[in-house]
Amino acid sequence: MENIEISYTARYVPPEVIDNQRLTEFMDTSDEWISQRTGIKKRHISLNESTADLAEKVAEKLLTKSGWNPNSLDLIIVATMSPNSFTPATAAIVQGRISADNAVCFDISAACSGYIYGLSIVEAMLRNMNLKRAMLIGSENISKLIDWNDRSTAVLFGDGAAGALIELKEDTDSKFISSDLKTIGNEAEFLTAGITDPLEKFPDLDSIRKYTTFKMDGRRVYTFATREVPQSILRAVQKANLSLEDIDYFILHQANSRIIRQVAKKLKQNEEKFPINIDSFGNTSAASEPLLLDELIENGIVKRGMTLALSGFGGGLTVGTHIIKY
Amino acid sequence: MTEAEVLKKVQDIVVEQLDVDVDDVTLTADIKDDLDADSLDVFEIMNELEDDLDIKLEADENIKTIQDVVTYVKKELDNK
Repeated sequence: MENIEISYTARYVPPEVIDNQRLTEFMDTSDEWISQRTGIKKRHISLNESTADLAEKVAEKLLTKSGWNPNSLDLIIVATMSPNSFTPATAAIVQGRISADNAVCFDISAACSGYIYGLSIVEAMLRNMNLKRAMLIGSENISKLIDWNDRSTAVLFGDGAAGALIELKEDTDSKFISSDLKTIGNEAEFLTAGITDPLEKFPDLDSIRKYTTFKMDGRRVYTFATREVPQSILRAVQKANLSLEDIDYFILHQANSRIIRQVAKKLKQNEEKFPINIDSFGNTSAASEPLLLDELIENGIVKRGMTLALSGFGGGLTVGTHIIKY
Repeated sequence: MTEAEVLKKVQDIVVEQLDVDVDDVTLTADIKDDLDADSLDVFEIMNELEDDLDIKLEADENIKTIQDVVTYVKKELDNK
C-alpha cells in the first residue's frame, strides 16, 4: 500500500540576527519583558531577501539533500502570509528558479496555520490526482508587514523559511494518520495584516495604494489559541484512534512559549513533549512548524517511526493539527 | 453565587494558575504586585473564570486586586 512520507526537511533563516536588547534601542521595551511574556530572545530579520528568496534557499537545500531531479516534482506549494506579490505566486517564482518545470505551483494563505493546511492539500492532491512528489515550504518575511513603532507586535516576529519534500510511495512505514482543520471567520478581525481598501472613486488616477500593517488583539488571540489548539489536537488524536500518550512530540506553531506551555497543561502532558525554539527565531508564522521539525530531525530528537502531532494556529482565525508517523 | 463562593472560585483558579499559596490570595492582594502575575496570567485567570462560570469578562476592566475580580465576576453573574 502506498503511504505518504515526509522524506526530507530543510530550513533557511536570513543572517541578520536582532536580539531583544537591539529592540530596546528604538522602542520602549526590555529583554526581561519580552522573554517573560513570549520566550523570545532573538529573531532573524531579512534585509534585501524576499519571501521567494528565502523559499528558494530551502528548495535548493531540499534538492541537494534528496538528490531529486527538480523535474520529478509534481507540486510546489508555499504557505505564506507575506508573499512577494498578489501575483505571481511565490511558489511559481520558486519553481522558475529551480527549474521544476513539471510542478503545479500555488500559494496558500492560512497565516500561521498555513503549513498545517498545506499538509492537508498535499495529502489530498497526492492521493487524488495521481501525483508522487510534492515540495511544501512555509516562507515568511513578516518584518515587512510590521509597524516597528508598535511594541505590542513588533517584538514577536521573525523571518525565515522551512519546508519538506513529501512523497506518496510504496515501502514506507511513514504515514499521515489523521488531521483536523478549523476556521473561525467571525473572529477574523482579531489578527490582520495587509488590508487594502477598494477604490473610493472612478477613475482614481492619483491615489497612493496603501495596506495596513500587522494588527493583533492579544487577549483574543491568546484565548483563541489556548482554547482551540488543545481541542484540535484532541479531535485529531481521536480520529487517529490514538491517545495523547501515543504522541511522541507535539510540534506546535511557535507563537509564544507561554501559549505552548498552557496547551501542554490543558492536555495534561509533560512540557518536554512540546519542544520550543521560539527563543532563537521568534514567531515565523507558516515557517515555524517545519523550522522546528527540521531542527528536531537534525538534532536526532525526532526519529523515524515516531508519532508526531503538528499543530498550527493564527490569522483567519485558523487552527489545524496533523498526526503523522514520521 | 454568594460573594464568598465567588472568592473561593477565584482563589482556586489563581492558586492553580500562579502557583501561589491560597493564604496569599486575599481580597486585598494586588494581582500583579503581590501575586506576581503578568498580563498573560490575567488573561488566563479571566478565561478560566469565563469557562467555569459561563460569563464574558474583559481583561482590562480596571482589575487590580482580588476584590476587583470578585466584584466584577459577581456583577456579571448577577447580570446573567
